[in-house]
Amino acid sequence: MAVISDQGAAVMAEPVRISVKKASAVPMLLLAGVVLYLFYAWTAFDITALLARAQLSKGALLISDAVAYKTHVTKNFRRGDFEVAIEGERHATFKTLPDWVTGDASKFTVDLGEGYVVRVEDKSLAFEVPDYGIIRSKLVDGKIVTQVPDGPVPEWLKIRDVKFEARPTFSRRVQFTRAKLEIHKFQFGWENFWFPFTSELHGKSFGELVSLATSDDRLNLDQANWQYILSSFWGNPEWQHGHVAVALFETILMAVLGTVTAAFCGLPLAFVAASNFNPNSTVRFVVRRVFDFVRGIDMLIWSLIFIRAFGLGPLTGSLAIAFTDTGSLGKLFSEALENIDRKQVEGVGATGANRWQRYRFGVIPQILPVFTSQFLYYVESNTRSATVIGALGAGGIGLVLVETMRTSRDWENTFYIISLIIVMVFMMDGASSWLRRKLIAGGESR
Amino acid sequence: MVEVMRQEVLALEGRRRLYTGLSLALLLAVVLSGYSEASALNSGGFLQGLSKFFDYPAQIVMQAWDQGWAFWALFPKFLPALIETLNIAAVATLIGAVFAMILSLLSSRNLEVPPAVIPVVRRIMDIMRAFPELIIALFLIFVLGASPVPAAIAVAFHTSGALGKLFSEVNENIDVKPLEGLKAVGGNWLQRVRFGVIPQVLPNYSSYFLLRFEINVRASAILGFVGAGGIGTELSRAIGWGAGSETAALFLMLFLSIVAIDQLSSYLRRHFVGADNFS
Repeated sequence: MAVISDQGAAVMAEPVRISVKKASAVPMLLLAGVVLYLFYAWTAFDITALLARAQLSKGALLISDAVAYKTHVTKNFRRGDFEVAIEGERHATFKTLPDWVTGDASKFTVDLGEGYVVRVEDKSLAFEVPDYGIIRSKLVDGKIVTQVPDGPVPEWLKIRDVKFEARPTFSRRVQFTRAKLEIHKFQFGWENFWFPFTSELHGKSFGELVSLATSDDRLNLDQANWQYILSSFWGNPEWQHGHVAVALFETILMAVLGTVTAAFCGLPLAFVAASNFNPNSTVRFVVRRVFDFVRGIDMLIWSLIFIRAFGLGPLTGSLAIAFTDTGSLGKLFSEALENIDRKQVEGVGATGANRWQRYRFGVIPQILPVFTSQFLYYVESNTRSATVIGALGAGGIGLVLVETMRTSRDWENTFYIISLIIVMVFMMDGASSWLRRKLIAGGESR
Repeated sequence: MVEVMRQEVLALEGRRRLYTGLSLALLLAVVLSGYSEASALNSGGFLQGLSKFFDYPAQIVMQAWDQGWAFWALFPKFLPALIETLNIAAVATLIGAVFAMILSLLSSRNLEVPPAVIPVVRRIMDIMRAFPELIIALFLIFVLGASPVPAAIAVAFHTSGALGKLFSEVNENIDVKPLEGLKAVGGNWLQRVRFGVIPQVLPNYSSYFLLRFEINVRASAILGFVGAGGIGTELSRAIGWGAGSETAALFLMLFLSIVAIDQLSSYLRRHFVGADNFS
């Protein structure tokens, strides 16, 4: 090769620069188009107004509520009584006071830990806050009169005539109105997760439960203790473990049944739609349009139609998945069939095999890897789809999630179901990729 | 000797057939019992439902028919909702694709990324892919209020993971010679990616991008049902009110737009990657 002088290189560099510029022009135009489009979308979605409306505090509240619960100490001035209850619910009222509340309705002390103490006497309270002092507040002639230590009033303190509220730390809150006085103590964890509050099993340690389960001294005369413990857990009215487990099972059932059905309907139809197996182009055309039609209708519409016909439940979801994916899998399989190697089929035919034997030994082994990997991939993605169409009303865990989100005041239930869904999806993902690796050795390495 | 081998092969073949037969029978049993279980858990049974299967479609078609020409006037009425759904899908796919591109460049073995980064980025993509869109959408609707934005964010999140995996597979299959050439003339990492990788992967990226857009149109229509706006919200309202002709119009619009987008995208994809590589 000849040595190119510096001058020569400069001459050659010029056309290169121009062609690079030319080649960059189209991507630059595209990029500009995308930016313009996103700008349009910004106005179409009215993001400015949305950001103004967004309640980020709601999200923080949701997350904190998802991992913590609060115990209310309430004194009602009209009725003159006082009670300690988890989340203020009547059925979760403590019969014997917890050790951090002492006294009676007329005079009691609440120890919120780390030196935070509330003393209540009649219609007045004294809230001791470390590093700040004592806040005194009382109800006089229908007005709340509050005395605070000298200095600027901190942000966590809200003082008005009708309401007094103090929340010096996240986990401690005192509210005082003309009708009642409420002290909230937040604790980390999910309350009553294992057993209902009213059950005698509530609050027992694991060791105690084990010794109970093995003892012959029956808590409930109808059942052995271990059965009683299991059924109390399974039927926990607040968390509904049994109900949730059935819903999870329904969702997985929907995904698996739907995909299996789709694969077994799609495979024979794929033979009809493949040009190298079916010479009749009219029939081929019709079957392909059927694939496009059931796929195009979409799972959403199918599930809405099936809900009308079959009601709520896994059958509805399975059929919706089966119909949509018969189209998708049929299309994929017919493409795989059109790409097979003719020679193997001819070889099998040369040994005197009939039509079915040729299909069985010449064709099926060739498309089996595609069949298996697509099937597993669809099971995996249909687990997510089954959750979503469940939320539309087909049932399963998706419906449970939407219902708890709409009705529940406590977000820990929602958070629990979300975690279960994620665990389920991850497990299905893991199982499917493990099976894919096992069944198609040397196929996908990841 | 040959006879012994023949016997052995036949015995093996017999056992293999037995296993295949047994596993097929097992699968059939699982499917059948699954369907009977599903039918039992369903609020309506299979056989009663079967006769009612065409009732609902027939009912909405009849209602639409009764409307006569007024039925076609419903299409322009719902056009903004359809456009909103398409916008959700387009924005989500665009934003998702940008993140997917970054993630995929950081998780390809042949692009001289620090080896410790690759498995981390891959796990991140797995998690993004597996996380159900519905949950993100519902959470964001709670925080941001009912609007298309939560759906777009939720779909974009999933898209980043899903496209990222496909993109990184494309990246790993490129020809590395242009990269070596660019390195030899002193190109830095970004320049090598810009002039060595992007031109090679762009056709495949575009193909996957369009495929994802197709999927995302469906996903955003579904998310409309939980309050994300667009055609899904209109559909859930129409069904809730029992407005048959509106439901029929919305079904038809959704169906036609999905088919149109499918056709357009497969035409474009064929154009980008060539008919030979088209799948």
